[in-house]
Amino acid sequence: MLKIQDLKVEIEGKEIIKGLNLEIKKGEVHAIMGPNGAGKSTLSAVIAGRDEYEVTGGTIEFDGKDIMDLAPEERAHAGVFLSFQYPVEIPGVSVTNFIKTAINESRKAKGLEAMEAKDLLKLMREKQQLLEMDKAFMSRSINEGFSGGEKKRNEIFQMAMLDPKLAILDETDSGLDIDALRIVANGVNKLKSEDNAVMVITHYQRLLDHIVPDFVHVLFDGKIVKSGDKNLALELEDKGYDWIKQELK
Amino acid sequence: MTEEDKILHEVTNTEYKYGFVTDIESDTISKGLNEDVIRLISMKKNEPEWLLDWRLDAFKKFKEMTEPEWANVTYKKPDLQSISYYSAPKQKKTLESLDEVDPELLKTFDKLGISLEEQKRLSGVAVDIVVDSVSVATSFKEKLGELGIIFCSISEAIQEHPELVKKYIGSVVPKTDNFYSALNSAVFTDGSFCYIPKGTRCPMELSTYFRINQAGTGQFERTLLIADEGSYVSYLEGCTAPSRDENQLHAAVVELIALDKAEIKYSTVQNWYPGDKEGKGGVFNFVTKRGICHNHAKISWTQVETGSAVTWKYPSCILKGDYSIGEFFSVAVTNNHQQADTGTKMIHIGKNTKSTIISKGISAGKSDGNYRGLVKIMKGAENARNFSQCDSLLMGDTCGSHTFPYIEVKNKTARIEHEATTSKIGEDQLFYCNQRGIGTDEAIGLIVNGYCKDVLNQLPMEFAVEAQKLLSLSLEGSVG
Repeated sequence: MLKIQDLKVEIEGKEIIKGLNLEIKKGEVHAIMGPNGAGKSTLSAVIAGRDEYEVTGGTIEFDGKDIMDLAPEERAHAGVFLSFQYPVEIPGVSVTNFIKTAINESRKAKGLEAMEAKDLLKLMREKQQLLEMDKAFMSRSINEGFSGGEKKRNEIFQMAMLDPKLAILDETDSGLDIDALRIVANGVNKLKSEDNAVMVITHYQRLLDHIVPDFVHVLFDGKIVKSGDKNLALELEDKGYDWIKQELK
Repeated sequence: MTEEDKILHEVTNTEYKYGFVTDIESDTISKGLNEDVIRLISMKKNEPEWLLDWRLDAFKKFKEMTEPEWANVTYKKPDLQSISYYSAPKQKKTLESLDEVDPELLKTFDKLGISLEEQKRLSGVAVDIVVDSVSVATSFKEKLGELGIIFCSISEAIQEHPELVKKYIGSVVPKTDNFYSALNSAVFTDGSFCYIPKGTRCPMELSTYFRINQAGTGQFERTLLIADEGSYVSYLEGCTAPSRDENQLHAAVVELIALDKAEIKYSTVQNWYPGDKEGKGGVFNFVTKRGICHNHAKISWTQVETGSAVTWKYPSCILKGDYSIGEFFSVAVTNNHQQADTGTKMIHIGKNTKSTIISKGISAGKSDGNYRGLVKIMKGAENARNFSQCDSLLMGDTCGSHTFPYIEVKNKTARIEHEATTSKIGEDQLFYCNQRGIGTDEAIGLIVNGYCKDVLNQLPMEFAVEAQKLLSLSLEGSVG
């Protein structure tokens, strides 16, 4: 589904990603771990198409197609979803209005009519329940005054509504208490299927207790330096990143 | 090019979609401003003697006045001698029904998206349409007449209801109030008139549509709206003009009178031609709007200002009566080289008077948007309250936004609150929307409409939808 080959990325002349290879197939859950500044968030932003990063080499293919020249919204229409580490506030735009616009823009791109209001409401109710969200939440301005947990739950709610092929969760566990973590992870697991894939970016093992990865990759200094199964995450938790650094020397 | 620059580039390529000219035969008098012209206008309109004297008096005072320069706008002052002060679509006789309206004119309304027939059937909005100087069609007149509501052109009101016109015209905006109101008083050619009788709730939105068509003309309309005791009316006003290279002058006067316990809701969607992207042409919109509230009365101004090259406009409330309420809700968008100096005046005279000001400015391109507002609490205005909120949204770094709040308080019991914010549409917000599949144009529309929600919510439903579209159009460019 996602195939990244020898990816090199710069921002303001500084190389952040230095030849990264990664392949994610459908039905798989991949965890990307690594210390601060390793390039984890840069990787997710580049896949989503943020243009302040300059890609200086390599390719990103999604569903067999090169997506490097696609605008972020076109990548979204193709099925890429990014759950933001820091979702932004948009005052005056309700959660309902925002998700309605997002869904209908995607449908428009596919040549479909706008979703009927009653179908949209039904879908929203279903996904609200999945994430244990209150109905009143839907009329609040998006992310404005949301707690850390509410922001992340809202991200996963949008993911549930948009039903992407590839979901990238960028430090979705940060700022979550134990209950919120369980709800969010539970939501992600319920949405998981044979046809989609998840890429979890995290510092910590604790999210991976709930969303169990098939593969774990360690990103360090712009490259994937070690890959393994879920046990690698446990080992990292136990030994810390210094262990990797030592191994690399 | 950063994302933002690209958007700005697109934004500055906006085309004005109402820029067409209608080919209608017009009766236009020769250019120039003097007493004879005023006499000619008055004669053409078959006006009573008192009104001609009133006009001439206004003109005498006008000649002693100078054009105001305190607003934060720069423009080449219009040459008042090179304007024709009367232009009317030629008509053979008074119109009895819409069937008799010039088909070219009807086509114009269709292009403007105001099919009269459609409106008659569906929305139940009564419309008065003013092209250049003259009111050409008023719908729903009979139905309103059954309730005693008078809704017609001001010319007609001068003929049919002279006592009401004489009593109230110039009572809120005196002839000599300012340079442009004096000019308007001398040369106004048409406009709308509305009277709601005691205790009557007007069952539909009343609407006037203004259009400047003829080249080299100014539009000087005069609107007079009287809500008698305990009555209610919601009034809408829309405006467009053809794209022309020269600047056109629009100097209107609107007077509202809300008698005891009456309520007037006055909404404007102003979309005069703003000039091209180099700043050439466009309408000078120099308008005086003011209302007076008697005891327990309420006046609410809502405006969405997207057009005009230069806007100079301060819809105001004189809160004369005790417990009267004034409100001002405004969205003002400036793009390309547009300049706006707009705001309100809330004059608290009565006791326990209350006013609310919500102003949302949006600046893009090389434009300049200014909020200028006065809150004045007079000596006798015990327990007066005001809340003001003035927000500015900037797009890019070549535009400007200023806020000039004036507060004068002469009574210690007054409570005044003022809040102001300035923000920018951030790349983070745009990327967030993009990532969810929302393209940049739609994203800007979404963000801007969210920002203006408090004001747009004040508009009547069908108008709000229109205004939302207009906001997106004014800012998005023709992309997508």
